[in-house]
Amino acid sequence: MSEALNRRGFLGLTGALAIGALAGCGADETAAQPKQGGRLRAVFAGGGAKEVLDPHEQSLFVDIARHKAMFEKLVELGPDLKPVPRLAEKWEPDAQAATWRFTLRDATFHDGQKLSAEDVLYSLARIADPTAPERVAQSSLASLDIRRCKAIDQRTVELTLSAPNAEFPALLAGIGTQIVRDGFKDPTKPIGTGAFKFVSFEAGRSMVASRYDDYWDGAARIEELQILSADAEARANALQGGQAEYANEMTATFARTAEAGKTVKIVAAKGSTTQAFVMKVDQPPFDNPDVRLAFKLLADRQRLVDVVLAGRGIVGNDLFGKGFQYYAELPQRERNVEEARTLLKKAGVRNKEVEIFTSDATAGFVEAATLFAEQAGEAGLKLKVTTGSAQTYAKDLLTKGAIGSHRSGAMPIPQYITDRLLSKSPFNVTHWRRPAFDAAFASAQVLTDEAARAAKYGELQKTLRDDGGILAWGHPDFLVAVSSKVQGVEAVPPNTLDSARFDKVWLA
Amino acid sequence: MRSYAAQRAALAILQLAALSVLVFVLTALLPGDAADMRFTETLTPDQVARLREQLGLDEPAFERFTHWFGNVLSGDLGTSLISGGPVLDIVKASVGATLVLTLATLAVVIPLAVALGILMGTRENGRLDRTLTSITLGLSAIPDFVIAVVLVALFSLKLGWLPATWVGGSLLASPALLVLPVAVLLGRTVCLLSRQVRAGTINALHADYVVQARRLGVPRRRLLLRHVLPNAAVPGVQELARTGDTLLGGVLVVEAIFAIPGFATALVDGVETRDVPVVQGLTLVLAVAALLINLGADLVCNRLVPRTELLR
Repeated sequence: MSEALNRRGFLGLTGALAIGALAGCGADETAAQPKQGGRLRAVFAGGGAKEVLDPHEQSLFVDIARHKAMFEKLVELGPDLKPVPRLAEKWEPDAQAATWRFTLRDATFHDGQKLSAEDVLYSLARIADPTAPERVAQSSLASLDIRRCKAIDQRTVELTLSAPNAEFPALLAGIGTQIVRDGFKDPTKPIGTGAFKFVSFEAGRSMVASRYDDYWDGAARIEELQILSADAEARANALQGGQAEYANEMTATFARTAEAGKTVKIVAAKGSTTQAFVMKVDQPPFDNPDVRLAFKLLADRQRLVDVVLAGRGIVGNDLFGKGFQYYAELPQRERNVEEARTLLKKAGVRNKEVEIFTSDATAGFVEAATLFAEQAGEAGLKLKVTTGSAQTYAKDLLTKGAIGSHRSGAMPIPQYITDRLLSKSPFNVTHWRRPAFDAAFASAQVLTDEAARAAKYGELQKTLRDDGGILAWGHPDFLVAVSSKVQGVEAVPPNTLDSARFDKVWLA
Repeated sequence: MRSYAAQRAALAILQLAALSVLVFVLTALLPGDAADMRFTETLTPDQVARLREQLGLDEPAFERFTHWFGNVLSGDLGTSLISGGPVLDIVKASVGATLVLTLATLAVVIPLAVALGILMGTRENGRLDRTLTSITLGLSAIPDFVIAVVLVALFSLKLGWLPATWVGGSLLASPALLVLPVAVLLGRTVCLLSRQVRAGTINALHADYVVQARRLGVPRRRLLLRHVLPNAAVPGVQELARTGDTLLGGVLVVEAIFAIPGFATALVDGVETRDVPVVQGLTLVLAVAALLINLGADLVCNRLVPRTELLR
């Protein structure tokens, strides 16, 4: 503990405020020569017994980080959620985007075996196994026709889809798509191609992994990696008390306190996720497009960002994925209470009470709903905030509440549309079911020309912004806190290649 | 004595059975089941439905309960719906930290509370008594989490003397991990116990036999240790058994704040994920422990002051 003696805790803020103003924007401002060795302890929100060692069952950030250390996917997502090569060094679709050839990298598993096409086929078949419904990528990769997929040679694999899809590489970068060894059966003995080799794991507590020297992308700089689980309070204490070097998913309140000191840096990925109110377009009063537009006009977005996100975020424009590939830059929607009032009057809903459904499932949900209710009150609208169970909220929202709180993590925009905005989408929280929209999206997805696809997606997003049920008011920053000696942590959205990636990090 | 033990045992089994039913009903009343808890927008409703079937959660509640109960009678606590591993493993993995925490707290609390209680009782309404009373009552009035936050802020973050959390630490490597959690748990228990010992001491000091013994010239030291303390300890020991509840409540908070992977953490996890077999198993173990402690306390009281009636 001697090293903690000269550390400054959050009671010792005085005098450090000036320095705090300068600290904590990017990561490697010193850009010193990377150092080798040492142990990095990274703390994530824990999931108790829910945490898994099987990469195909991952769902929590802590799982994703743990698996990323040991396993890799064929494709990963760049900082703008665009697919980038990983275990596949390149890929080539046929003219219809129905059959894809992936060329594999010269990578070696931790047991010394070379990565081969058979490993890829085995992994994909394992994910699709119908007797294991907890394999998360099962639905996103449902269009993969496993029986027609084949190995061309040792390092080339041909994957065939039952329905053409130009976004297929992005699907291979989704969660639960890791490549495991051919014949991988026992998740307690994880063998991947990643930068770290498995040492030990206790669900809800910790995983220890050690550097894999033959890693194809250059051996990691740190010697040992520990992925630990703890709630927000304990993450903050661990980092400030010198018991961890990296803390994931921190609050704006913590960031403010931490930036006042010298021992902790905040790495903020601007506007990485989306917070919204979602209106069910088939339920009154939101079955009337005027009411939907009125609600969008009532939101004081800047104030929501300032209050609910403590200013750590950017205002939304009723669209998911600001800054991501294909995001449609449309004129920013501004508050207009007058126009909203007129629209509401026309629709005859001015003095009716509307329930807004929310819960503690995500930080800021209840606060945002309460604040928005106040803002809507200015147009004579009565919004009553109803709080549901946090644990079942995501499921409840599919059926409950004509309007409710919604958040989404970072994912490619076409995937968001597939999951939430098509007639058959499993998570269609706005009940947006428009055959014409489905058809337009399907026709866009088969276009192999990226620019043509982007143009089509742009039109669809315009429809959503103007007519859809999503009132996306803000994009919270994703906050990671690191000890001041940690270098090389990138400010990128979660679910991308460089997020929670520890092979390029070093301890100064 | 033997019929007493038999009665207690029969009562205990009834209590355990009733508790199991109660816990099952309560967890069944919570919204959602273990399959729903996997619905973190990564599994589609269709996948969740198949999972529910696999976990047997689509069976009627009564059947699930009798199935579980039958297994328990044969000594099998069942398997976790979330991890798929045996519930016994979860019990074993979590019981250690809590046991160490509780025993360490008791090891400090008992001598401290007895000493304080006698000190206060023998100086009834004196300055020392009033000062100590104010301090212990004051401490017990502050919620555990407030004490914890203040202690962490001061001793870990500001001074850096003690670890702030168990995250990444192991008790074997750094026993200092125990200091702050135990300090937090002390607050209320020391107060409750020392109050009882104080009251017992005062009662005993005013009792006829002590007055008589004093008249006969029994030395003060001997009077206190041989005559006053055993009688004064009875309410203390009974309180100690009851302290179990307080301590458990405190352990919950303390485990959460210091990220201690103990029993309470496992229980909260189990409830949050609707892992019914885990919740059932943990509460059962807890209930057995509580029954044994209470039985032990009664027996100890009987030894201390044999005239105490066993059956009331």
